[in-house]
Amino acid sequence: MLLVEAIVSKQEQIVPGHYRLYLFAPKIAEAAKPGQFLHIRCSNALDPLLRRPISIHAVDRAKSEVILFYRVAGRGTALLSKNKAGDRLSILGPLGQGFSIPGARTKVAVVSGGIGIAPLYFLLQEMAGSGICADVFLGAVTAKQLFFSEEIMNFGHRVIPSTDDGSAGYHGTVTALFEEHIQKDNEQSNLPMYNKDSLIYGCGPHGMLKRLTEIINKSGISGEISLEERMGCGVGACLSCVCKIRDKEGGVQYRRACVEGPVFAAGEVIWD
Amino acid sequence: MGLSATDQKNPGNMPNLAVNVGGIRMKNPVTTASGTFGFGPEYAPYLDLNHLGAIIVKGITLSPRTGNPTPRLAETPAGILNSIGLQNPGVERFIAEALPFLVKYDLPVIVNIAGDTVNDYAYLAEKLSRATGVAGLEVNISCPNVKKGGMQFGSDPATAAEVTHAVKESTDLPVIVKLSPNVTNIVAVAEKVAKAGADALSMINTLLGLAIDIKKKRPVLGNIMGGLSGPAVKPVALRAVWQVYQEVKLPIIGMGGIMTAEDAIEFILAGATAVAVGTANFVNPRATVEVIDGIERYLAENKIKDISELTGLAQKHK
Repeated sequence: MLLVEAIVSKQEQIVPGHYRLYLFAPKIAEAAKPGQFLHIRCSNALDPLLRRPISIHAVDRAKSEVILFYRVAGRGTALLSKNKAGDRLSILGPLGQGFSIPGARTKVAVVSGGIGIAPLYFLLQEMAGSGICADVFLGAVTAKQLFFSEEIMNFGHRVIPSTDDGSAGYHGTVTALFEEHIQKDNEQSNLPMYNKDSLIYGCGPHGMLKRLTEIINKSGISGEISLEERMGCGVGACLSCVCKIRDKEGGVQYRRACVEGPVFAAGEVIWD
Repeated sequence: MGLSATDQKNPGNMPNLAVNVGGIRMKNPVTTASGTFGFGPEYAPYLDLNHLGAIIVKGITLSPRTGNPTPRLAETPAGILNSIGLQNPGVERFIAEALPFLVKYDLPVIVNIAGDTVNDYAYLAEKLSRATGVAGLEVNISCPNVKKGGMQFGSDPATAAEVTHAVKESTDLPVIVKLSPNVTNIVAVAEKVAKAGADALSMINTLLGLAIDIKKKRPVLGNIMGGLSGPAVKPVALRAVWQVYQEVKLPIIGMGGIMTAEDAIEFILAGATAVAVGTANFVNPRATVEVIDGIERYLAENKIKDISELTGLAQKHK
């Protein structure tokens, strides 16, 4: 939880409207954990006023860099995409509760929809460091947006792609692909790979995560998902980014995505 | 936060920043606007809370409140609309869980209270008066985001006075009444509240507003309407402080879109004894301390020995 001025090392467009931003921010690169986010001031003017929450995509600790991957979705991210090497940005972070890092022998599935790969990539980077090979279900609208597939394979993970338009991999949604995969695993094997000791991680659009949590909850496997919410302060004060969460007593509570999240256990999220 | 350059050159001649707001002694005129600073711990990683003149905490109700449906926030030109709906843990848990953290600091704690009925306000005042570590109460009769109470109390001068009176009867703590700008005549409300015994006024609460999502073709906020804050409302807030200062002899905590020391100084020149930083905290977690430093620099540069000389000064130059 630091407020620092980061220096832009470089920014690159991955495909139109999608950027990787490399920030020199030693203390944040040191402290960051997968699933956490940065709250970034995209402009020094009064409009747009609020900071933008962007999940941490990777860290390069040797270069003291924290790396973001984001899609231009509005005025804030449009301004952010104009930053060049040497520019300075006011950064608050690392913020929020990240993903839990699985034990070395855990069977892990990672389910990503579109830009949802942004925080999951960091998780995959860290898991590779501790020798875990995950099954990565990488979903996108079209082949060109199957981001970082090769890099993820180079980490040692298995990538199983899907596209909505059928231009690469499975033709359909990533949740349909994942569900078929789990069903086959259960039917064809006396010793399913995914069991109650497995962990499923997910990030992506609202509808995809809702479907994913249904699949996770039905399967009895544990899962964690990262939610995206409209955010104000980023530090827990304004209570804008709350999500409906089922507490241990079965009651419904609003929990702050910025402090108690953005990663929540799949079973505790209540979808409207 | 260290001493500013001016102080280091001239340590024996530092301007006096201390103010007294209706009996609440503040080491400088800067506090936090209710609902923008949580209960304190949220911002403790970014600044030393001891540097603040006071803290005004998130609005407290009798029972815990879950708040309004989401989305609760919309960004608008140079501002934000919010409809949080007074989500809070209730007065019992506030006293048991939030207050002990703040008591550790050398910092007057002002508790914002909100009720559905006049009796709720009286009960909250009594309950908080018996708690350790409360320096004053800010009576919220101006929240635009709750169905019952809130702004209803603040938009009618007679009911505003009734709530003020009930709170005053129930406490010996200084009572600040937070006024709504969503009225035809804010001076009329201020006058009635003053007569009912208020020790100070906070102004302004948020302006009732609306934003529409043209893709979804429906209001952005889950609760349809919300309260507008941020730089967009500053001229409205300044005007309110200006008008009320002329007619009502109570100290005013001015707020509404203060982002910088320059903004704060405008409020003080218009008639505010103290100021509250609100939405700016979301943009810059160190906004409060930067405002304090800037005010101190301004006083030194203008050779003003005491901040009180500045209050309402622009009224003499019109």
